[in-house]
Amino acid sequence: MNNIVLHIDHVHKTFAGLHALADVNLDIRQGETHAIIGPNGAGKSTLLNVCVGRLEPTQGKVLFDGVELTGRHPHEICQLGVARVFQTPEIFGDLTVIENVMMSMLARRDGAFSLHLFSRFDAQHEIVSTAEKVLTDLGLGYHFNHLASALSRGDKRRLELAMCLTQKPKLLLLDEPTAGMARADTNATVDLLKKIKQSGMTIVIIEHDMHVVFSLADRITVLANGRVIAQGAPEEIKGNPKVIEAYLGDEEL
Amino acid sequence: MRNTKVRDVILLGCFAVAAVAAPLLAAPFGAGYPDLLVKFAIFGIFAVGFNILFGLTGYLSFGHAVFLGVGSYAAVWSFKLVSVNILPAVIGAILVSGLFALAIGYVSLRRSGIYFSILTLAFAQMCYNLAYSVLTPITNGETGLRVLRDDPRYLDSAVGVLGQSPSLFGLPMTGWTGYYVCAAVLVVAFAFSVAIFRSPFGMTLRAIKTNQNRMGYTGFNSRPYLLTAFVISGMYAGLAGSLMAATDPLAGAERMQWTASGEVVLMTILGGAGTLLGPVLGSGVIKYFENIFSAYNEAQLGTTLSFLPESIHDGVVKTLSLFVGEGWQLTLGLLFMVVVIFLPGGIMEGVMRVFRVKHTPPVKSLGDSAQRDIVGESVIEEMPADYGAHPAPEKALAEAKIGTTAQ
Repeated sequence: MNNIVLHIDHVHKTFAGLHALADVNLDIRQGETHAIIGPNGAGKSTLLNVCVGRLEPTQGKVLFDGVELTGRHPHEICQLGVARVFQTPEIFGDLTVIENVMMSMLARRDGAFSLHLFSRFDAQHEIVSTAEKVLTDLGLGYHFNHLASALSRGDKRRLELAMCLTQKPKLLLLDEPTAGMARADTNATVDLLKKIKQSGMTIVIIEHDMHVVFSLADRITVLANGRVIAQGAPEEIKGNPKVIEAYLGDEEL
Repeated sequence: MRNTKVRDVILLGCFAVAAVAAPLLAAPFGAGYPDLLVKFAIFGIFAVGFNILFGLTGYLSFGHAVFLGVGSYAAVWSFKLVSVNILPAVIGAILVSGLFALAIGYVSLRRSGIYFSILTLAFAQMCYNLAYSVLTPITNGETGLRVLRDDPRYLDSAVGVLGQSPSLFGLPMTGWTGYYVCAAVLVVAFAFSVAIFRSPFGMTLRAIKTNQNRMGYTGFNSRPYLLTAFVISGMYAGLAGSLMAATDPLAGAERMQWTASGEVVLMTILGGAGTLLGPVLGSGVIKYFENIFSAYNEAQLGTTLSFLPESIHDGVVKTLSLFVGEGWQLTLGLLFMVVVIFLPGGIMEGVMRVFRVKHTPPVKSLGDSAQRDIVGESVIEEMPADYGAHPAPEKALAEAKIGTTAQ
């Protein structure tokens, strides 16, 4: 059990009678990239929301590194080492790109609350240089001093990813990181995620693009109508008739 | 990221010089007398503090005058019980108003947006009404709390000081010395606000204004940051209130009325919320209108416009007289409308446009008025030539090609 990072235990989530999640069990292993797929409305995003504390499960619990996450605030869960990239990028639009990354490093360094009233934000030299390096690595080198809201959608995603990476999380949750991207951008993102994966990061990814799923995932969980209908290595999933019926349909693989 | 430290020092230096030279600078506008300049300084402090909450976090408190009133009462009680020296009064007022802010903020900050504003307004009205009813032993009701000849003043009687009017170690708080004491406090208060704006704490407050959702997923707990900002700005208001009591030792509950709370909101928005200098300018403009413009009468207008030909002179004077004197609020209202419609970033946005210091980020609404100040560093600069989607690395392109051929 030691290598289980995230343990989702009999989680139910009901929205006014609608079973968004029904008895979901899922173990995420240390260092793996685990894809969660399923048709629209299958409960994929709800599952991630339960994991980061945005929603509380109706029943069941979520353990991260042996610590129960249920009922904790998002900032506590984040401080424990869970980072999340959203489907629509959630960034600080009125701050510059580098300030965005610096904020996330500040949270990592000083914790959920610290009272730095008299030091200067732009004089935190270690943070500035690390932030510059991370941004350059992610191809946002030109944009240090642009307002984050002025970035293109793809760049906003990259920025959000940069913010998550600088938190040095133990678990990275990605909600459709390539939605709405052009093919070339998608490929660049896949390359980037491969690099992150090679660094040993545990990743959970929700994705519709099968090209992305099969080039990244070590294991795949298929959700439909809030239930896990299949789980296993990509090859097993490809051949599973239930999955093909519920989701893949006649999509080319 | 540019180092703005030198610019901040210059800004602060200019601010201090302007505060010292204010009597000369304001004289041409007919405002160069101490009573008015003291008002500029006190309301400047009030607005600078309000701006730390509203300008940085976007939380619009509609009950900030409570802390002004509480500060005044605390200061007068200090004059009555401790000493006529303003030092204990100022410190006491800051502490007491800080405690009030802690209690009111703790409850009000459970909500955001309009609900937060309504909660603060409700607290303010509650305090205002209590001051006239059950709290009259402390506030002396409608008569107002004043310093009396036979007040105990324990500290003064112990050391044998005999004065009865507030002073700073013997410096009277009236006339020009009064102004310079207030101006010195304003400069210190302004310097503190610059420090907050530049600190990691200040940046965190800006981040809260931008996206509170992301704050949680970045690992920040927003609530204590907001509460700290609320308490700091409440303390500024308490400080302003104590100086009010020091220059005019009579504290009345009308200082806590909702109109007073609204006034500081207007000052901050008029000057430019979220800018360093804006609130000071805004409070200056409003106090100028209230005191000078309102005293400008039809006869004076007639003499000023005597160069006009006889035929239109009377008509012009009659029309314009609607806007001066008792009609000063009409002019102020129009000015406010013009500023909000054309310069949502306030007077400071206008100043920056005139000097073309920087392009400010476009402002969509009051709630997210320009975050930057005159020496602010953030702006949309020229985009580099290759701005836009990044070309995928060679390797990825090659893979993509393999992918398509395989299909």
